Amino acid sequence: MAADSLIDIRDVTKTYGAGETAVHALRGVSLRVDAGEYVAVMGSSGSGKSTLMNILGCLDVPSRGEYWLDGADVARLSEDQQALVRGRKIGFIFQSFNLIPRTSALANVELPLTYAHLKKADRRRRARRALELVGLSDRADHRPNELSGGQQQRVAIARALATGPRILLADEPTGNLDAHSTDEVLAMFDDLNSEGRTVVVITHETEVARRARRLIRVSDGRIVTDEVTG
Amino acid sequence: MSPRDLFGAALRGLGANKLRSLLTVLGVAIGVGAVIVLVAVGNGSGKAVQDRLEAMGTNLLTVSTTGGGGGFVRGQAGPSAQQYSLTMADAEALSDHRLAPDVAAVAPVMTSSGTATNGDTSYTVNQVIGTTPEYLPATNTPVANGRAFTKQDVDSTQRVVLLGQTAATELFGRPASAVGQTIKLGAVDFAVLGVLASKDTSGFSDPNATVIVPISTLRATQAGYGALSQIVVQAAGKDKVDTAQAEVTQLLTARHQVPATQSSPFRITNSAQILQTSQDTAATFTALLATVAAISLIVGGIGVTNIMLVTVTERTREIGIRKALGARRRTILGQFLIEATLLSLIGGAVGIIVALVVSRFQLAGVQPVLVPSSILLAFGVSAAVGLFFGSMPAHRAAGLRPIDALRHE
Repeated sequence: MAADSLIDIRDVTKTYGAGETAVHALRGVSLRVDAGEYVAVMGSSGSGKSTLMNILGCLDVPSRGEYWLDGADVARLSEDQQALVRGRKIGFIFQSFNLIPRTSALANVELPLTYAHLKKADRRRRARRALELVGLSDRADHRPNELSGGQQQRVAIARALATGPRILLADEPTGNLDAHSTDEVLAMFDDLNSEGRTVVVITHETEVARRARRLIRVSDGRIVTDEVTG
Repeated sequence: MSPRDLFGAALRGLGANKLRSLLTVLGVAIGVGAVIVLVAVGNGSGKAVQDRLEAMGTNLLTVSTTGGGGGFVRGQAGPSAQQYSLTMADAEALSDHRLAPDVAAVAPVMTSSGTATNGDTSYTVNQVIGTTPEYLPATNTPVANGRAFTKQDVDSTQRVVLLGQTAATELFGRPASAVGQTIKLGAVDFAVLGVLASKDTSGFSDPNATVIVPISTLRATQAGYGALSQIVVQAAGKDKVDTAQAEVTQLLTARHQVPATQSSPFRITNSAQILQTSQDTAATFTALLATVAAISLIVGGIGVTNIMLVTVTERTREIGIRKALGARRRTILGQFLIEATLLSLIGGAVGIIVALVVSRFQLAGVQPVLVPSSILLAFGVSAAVGLFFGSMPAHRAAGLRPIDALRHE
C-alpha cells in the first residue's frame, strides 16, 4: 500500500483561481516513486511540471487527490509538521540556487540543520562535510555573490544534502549553468543516486533527462508517458 | 532554532541595510529621548516652584485682614475695619498652646519702608520688617553672619537690625563685614547684629532687599503703635496645617466678635495650599509634555512597522527559502520580531543616553530633573513598541505560504 512507495500521488489535481479564469495546472496525476529511483520529469513550460514539483516538495497542496510521502498523508500534517517534513525528508535544489544573500556558504548549508534543532558543533561538522562532498571546502566563508553559478549550485546541493534527506528534489537545476557546471552537477546527481538516494529532477532539457533511469513526460497537466530508460 | 541563532539572524538582517536601520533607530531614539527629557523638564520646573515655595517657609500660615481699604497697616483704618485689625494681643493669644494646640510658633509682623544709610552710602530698603525672633525659623530665613536678635532684644526695644544680603552688600560691600557696624534707619542708629542668608530672588519682591528689626523698636521709632500688617503662624507639622488654620480662624473670629453671618474678614494664606496648587499645575504641565513625547514615540514605532513591512516584502523570497529548508512559522515570526525589537531597543538605549546628556543642561530656563521611573518606562515602552509594531510585519512574514514566497520576485 502507501507505505511501499516513498512518494505516492493519487489522482492529484491542482487548480489556480476559480470559474472562467481557473487554470488547471494538474488534471489528475497519479505517480509512485520508490526509494532509490532516479526520475526525470519533462515537459514544456506550462505543462504542470513545476506544480507537480511544488506538491512533491510540500511547498504547495493539491486541490484534490492524495499525497502520501514516506507513509504519511501530507494533507493531514499541520503547517509545522509540513515544515519538519521539508526540513528532514526533502532536499531542494532550485534553478536560481536560492541561497540566502549576505550569508556565507557554510552558514547557508547550516541553515536547514539549524531548523532541525542540531547543536552548533554538530551543525558545523555536518555542514563542512557536505561542502567537502561538493568540493567547496575552500569556499566555506565566501558569500553567494562571491561564487560562480556552478559553485552556488554546488553550495545549494550541499545544503540540500546536509540533513541527509530521503529525496533530492531538483527544479531545473542546470537551467542557469554553463555546460561544464552542468556536467559537474549531473555527475553529482549520478553519484548520489548510485549511493541510494532518491532523486527527482524536473527539467525541459533532454540532456539532463537522459541521465535519469525513469522518464516521465508531462503535458497539459497530465502524465503522457512514464518509461524506464536506464 | 536557539535564541542565539535567532539573534544572529536578526542582527544580519539589520546589518543588511545599515542606513535604513539607523534611521529607524533614530526615530525611536527621538521618541524615547523626548519622553525622558520632557518629563524631566516638567519635573524640574515643578521642583523649582516647590523649592521657591519651601524657601518661603513650610507649614506656614500668613494671617492678614481684608477690607478696611488697606489703611489698617498704619492703624488709620475706619472704625469697622479697626474692629478687625490684628493686634499684638492676637499674636499672643495665638501662641497660647491651650487655645491653639497645633500652632508651633507665632510672629507678629509690621512693615514699613525707609532708607538705610552707612555714612555716605544710602540704600532704599523695600521693606523694613518689625517682628519677633520666631519669624526667622518660621519663614525659613537663617542668619548667615552674626546672630539673630532675641526675645530680650525685643522686650528691651533694642536698636538692632538684621540686614538682607542685598542690603548688606549695598551698604558695606561685603555682607560679612556688616556685622558689628552701625547704620541709620531714617534718623535712628541701629547696630547690625547679623546678615540674613541669601534667598531665591524669584518672587514679587526681592527678599534680600529687606531688613528686620525687633517689632518693639520698629513701633517705637518708625511705624507707631497701630495694627499689625500680618501675623505669621507656623503649624506644628505638615499634617497640622489645616487644623492650625481652623484654630487660628476660630480664635480670631471669637476675639474680634465677627458675626456669624459675615464672611471672615481674615485672610489666611496657607503655604501648603499654594504648594499643592503649584504642584498640581506642575503635574499637569508634566503630563502635557509627556503626552507630546509619547506621540513622538508612537511615530517612532510606526517607523519600525514601516521599515519592517518593507523588509518583509524585500525578503519574501528569503522567507520562502527558509520555509523550504524547514523553518517553522514561529521561527520566522521570532526572527522578524527580534529584528523589530532590536531596532527599538537600540533606539531606546540611544534615546536614554542622549536624554541623560541633554538633561544636564538647562532647557528653556528649567534645570531638568530626571525621573528614574521615566527612564525605565521609556525603555520598557520602546521594547514593547518593537514587539507591538513589529508583530504585524512579522506575522505577515510568518504567514506567507512557502510557494508564494518562493515565487516572489
